[in-house]
Amino acid sequence: MNSITNFLSHFFVTGDPMIYGADVSIVLVTLAIFFVLTYFKKWKWLWQEWLTTTDHKKIGIMYIIAALLMFFRGGVDALMMRTQLALPGMTFLNSDHYNQVFTTHGTIMIIFAAMPFIFGLMNIAVPLQIGARDVAFPFLNAVSFWLFFAGAMLFNLSFVIGGSPDAGWSAYAPYAGTELNPGVGENYYLLAVQISGIGSLATGINFLVTILKMRAPGMTLFKMPMFSWSILITSVIMIFAFPAFTVALALMTVDRIFGGHFFTIASGGSPMLWANLFWFWGHPEVYIVLLPVFGIFSEVIATFAHKTLFGYAIMVWSMVAISLLSFITWLHHFFTMGNTAPVNAFFSISTMLIAIPTGVKIFNWLFTLNKGRIHFTTPMLWALAFIPNFTIGGVTGVMLAMAPADYQYHNSAFLVAHFHSTLIAGTVFGIFCGLHYWWPKMFGYLLDEKRGKWAFWVFMISFNICFMPMYFLGLMGQTRRMYTYPAGLGWGPVNFVITIGAFGMGVGFVIMAYNIIWSALHGKRDTTGDPWDGRTLEWSIPSPAAEYNFATIPTVSTRDAFEAMKEDKRAGKEKAPAAYKPIHMPNNSAIPVVMSAFMFIAGFGFVFWWFWMAIPGVIGVIGCMIARSFVYNDAHLIPVEEIERTERAAGRLS
Amino acid sequence: MQENENQPIRQEHAGFPWKQVIGLLLSLALTFLALWIAVGLSLPVNVTIAIIVALAIFQAFIQLFMFMHVTEGTEPVHQLISILFGIYVAFAVVAGTIWILYAQMG
Amino acid sequence: MAESLLSLNPKKRKDLPLEYSTEEGDLKIVGFWVFLAAELVLFGTLFGSYLVLQSHTAGGPSAHELFKIGPVMIETVVLLVSSFTCGLSTLELRRHNVKGLIGWLVVTVLLGLVFIGFEGNEFFTYAAHEGATLQTSAFLSGFFILLGTHGAHVSLGIVWIAGILIQLARRGITPVTARKAFIVGLYWHFLDVVWIFIFTAVYLTGWVM
Repeated sequence: MNSITNFLSHFFVTGDPMIYGADVSIVLVTLAIFFVLTYFKKWKWLWQEWLTTTDHKKIGIMYIIAALLMFFRGGVDALMMRTQLALPGMTFLNSDHYNQVFTTHGTIMIIFAAMPFIFGLMNIAVPLQIGARDVAFPFLNAVSFWLFFAGAMLFNLSFVIGGSPDAGWSAYAPYAGTELNPGVGENYYLLAVQISGIGSLATGINFLVTILKMRAPGMTLFKMPMFSWSILITSVIMIFAFPAFTVALALMTVDRIFGGHFFTIASGGSPMLWANLFWFWGHPEVYIVLLPVFGIFSEVIATFAHKTLFGYAIMVWSMVAISLLSFITWLHHFFTMGNTAPVNAFFSISTMLIAIPTGVKIFNWLFTLNKGRIHFTTPMLWALAFIPNFTIGGVTGVMLAMAPADYQYHNSAFLVAHFHSTLIAGTVFGIFCGLHYWWPKMFGYLLDEKRGKWAFWVFMISFNICFMPMYFLGLMGQTRRMYTYPAGLGWGPVNFVITIGAFGMGVGFVIMAYNIIWSALHGKRDTTGDPWDGRTLEWSIPSPAAEYNFATIPTVSTRDAFEAMKEDKRAGKEKAPAAYKPIHMPNNSAIPVVMSAFMFIAGFGFVFWWFWMAIPGVIGVIGCMIARSFVYNDAHLIPVEEIERTERAAGRLS
Repeated sequence: MQENENQPIRQEHAGFPWKQVIGLLLSLALTFLALWIAVGLSLPVNVTIAIIVALAIFQAFIQLFMFMHVTEGTEPVHQLISILFGIYVAFAVVAGTIWILYAQMG
Repeated sequence: MAESLLSLNPKKRKDLPLEYSTEEGDLKIVGFWVFLAAELVLFGTLFGSYLVLQSHTAGGPSAHELFKIGPVMIETVVLLVSSFTCGLSTLELRRHNVKGLIGWLVVTVLLGLVFIGFEGNEFFTYAAHEGATLQTSAFLSGFFILLGTHGAHVSLGIVWIAGILIQLARRGITPVTARKAFIVGLYWHFLDVVWIFIFTAVYLTGWVM
């Protein structure tokens, strides 16, 4: 009996009233979901329409829902940190709890919020932009989503079962090793990030092949919309960066779970090797979350300036340059570990070089705006705010790139301000921009403009209140990841202002969430399929798009293909649509969701060193792969009558 | 996807499989040559390593071109660029890791 | 899925072997090439880590003391020959000779099993007789994980080929089974390429240093 109590008190996180509150709310929310689904008899609908789907649009929506939830969780972490730091000597969080909170904040925001949000938007927009009916490997796409989901659930479970990781999102050895960190927290980090990382690699391969092979006839690579180009390059970076991370995580897992010595201090391991491998992935990862939003801004700025994008080819080549350079800058994240002059010089120069193609793109957007007929819609506001705010982050990045100067800035609040300027003004502004822009295509109605603009202004101003002072705070000497500070250093007032800004961003997010709910009830319907006067193919089909996307595959002859079609129509040169043919579409499959459940079981087993649980989980995953190999009947035909019915209901066929 | 519309394409691959046999003999010869250079000769270590790495790369290309048909397909440029990019990044991680960690260890 | 850039230009695929004859086959073969390119980086990372830790023996056995030429050369030759028999199976696939295809794939699987047997024996000898395990030193962690990852790939390949053999026996050579047999062949040759580098960077370098 005693041993059972002992086990349970370690298994469940105990002793903190906030966590008990979380336990209660998790149980209540789960019960509520079960009740609602059962009461409205929605289980079958959920399973058939969503959980087993291979439709890229539905997978995209599931990504975005999950990412918004994770964004909320990461945001709450941020507010907890800012509350603790608001005044000198606060006791809201103790040091251990604070360590856990900044670790989960960073990991969740990058791995489980920013990336899935981007995956969601690209799932929705890329096949529609290139005139395809699905991605190249729809089944694999579902597997990717469910692996991400399993990883995200595993990571969040650490909060109430076993304890969260506390070695920072970069999990540096030796602190993340078993000697200094004997609990299960770091195991959660390793396994959860590993599982979702496998999904990310698969997503990269899937979208690379989709974009290379499945474009509509006539759409050569250099006639492709810029967002699709950015996803092509992002896919390449994901494909070649994630394997290094897979290995790094696996090696640390071997250290922690099987007693290996890759990163230990004893027995000849090299803690610096971890930093080296982590950042070999970690720096390209920055571009994985930035290039897609560059693509989104390019679409949105061209659409609302009503001009074609300025410097298309330069934009493409600068992304190609970024993809190559992003793999040779990684050491700048650990200049202060000390290295020889040639090494430091090489990585300083490569880092400064990569700023050039990024800077070029800023000018492209400015010249696109020049002499445009600008419409200040909500997505356009996010895009316009991005340009100056992101540039500040970029310029401070070049300051950090210089090895000698980095010794001054490294791990100070200046650094924290720098990467939030790039990741919030870049990635977060970008995904909110894309969310508003493609929302009508996803759901058939628009997000409300007035509430959307309120959310934008509150969030954007608060962002500056939060992070502008933080640069100065860093120069005043406050370091990163410190859980409290004494009065008398002069940091108190600045920290208080920063905390006000952080809560302001929280308010902005709540307004946006409210806008989503309000617009679902009262939002303007999108009956035309083209609410923004768009330029690319996704706006040529009804909103929301039919299962098969395009009743007939369009033929493309120029960039901004849909704009050209509309011009032809105005000039009376519209081509008669081709006759419908039956459409071949992939079947739903239960294997991805089952496989991810096994993956979750295996991951949970490894976290607790429970091999009796982990091994059956791994066998289950392999079993799912074998089962899939024997499925031959994995697609169905949509008959012409059904296409006619759907198109007539959407008003496309009289 | 439309399996029934495509007639199976029957290419003639008659005769003795010269390409495969030559590939096998070459890779065996290169393997034993590398072994002899490493164990049988006593060249300076740097020279030995340079030669055996060059032989390994040569042997990898034999596999790639003689067995793996890397230049085949509707648009073989896609897989060629992918493999080249993979080689670039693999080189970056191997050479970079060695450079950084050996420089740091002094 | 159907009807895109490629299916509207079926001419492109006219002169290609059966596995390219459907759009699905074409996509999956390219996708698999891209996966192999990613695997290059995966193994590259393992090689980089191993080479950095190679001399960190922490008082345990070194590469020079541990590795024996005999078993290593047997493993190498067996894997090189299996790559050759796998190449012959692809040739039989192109000749639409299902019996030859199955036969050479069976030989390949058997050689793969021989390889795994020798490698397992090598690992066992190190651990049981030399006291050299993954927990002994950073060098040995690197060694066992690099070779173990390759060995796990080979083992997975054996299971994979076995699954495809069942499908070939049941269905004969169709565009789908042809694509599967071709892709598993690519995978097998790739593992041979990785072994060439293991042979060079781990064993030969170990003897030289």
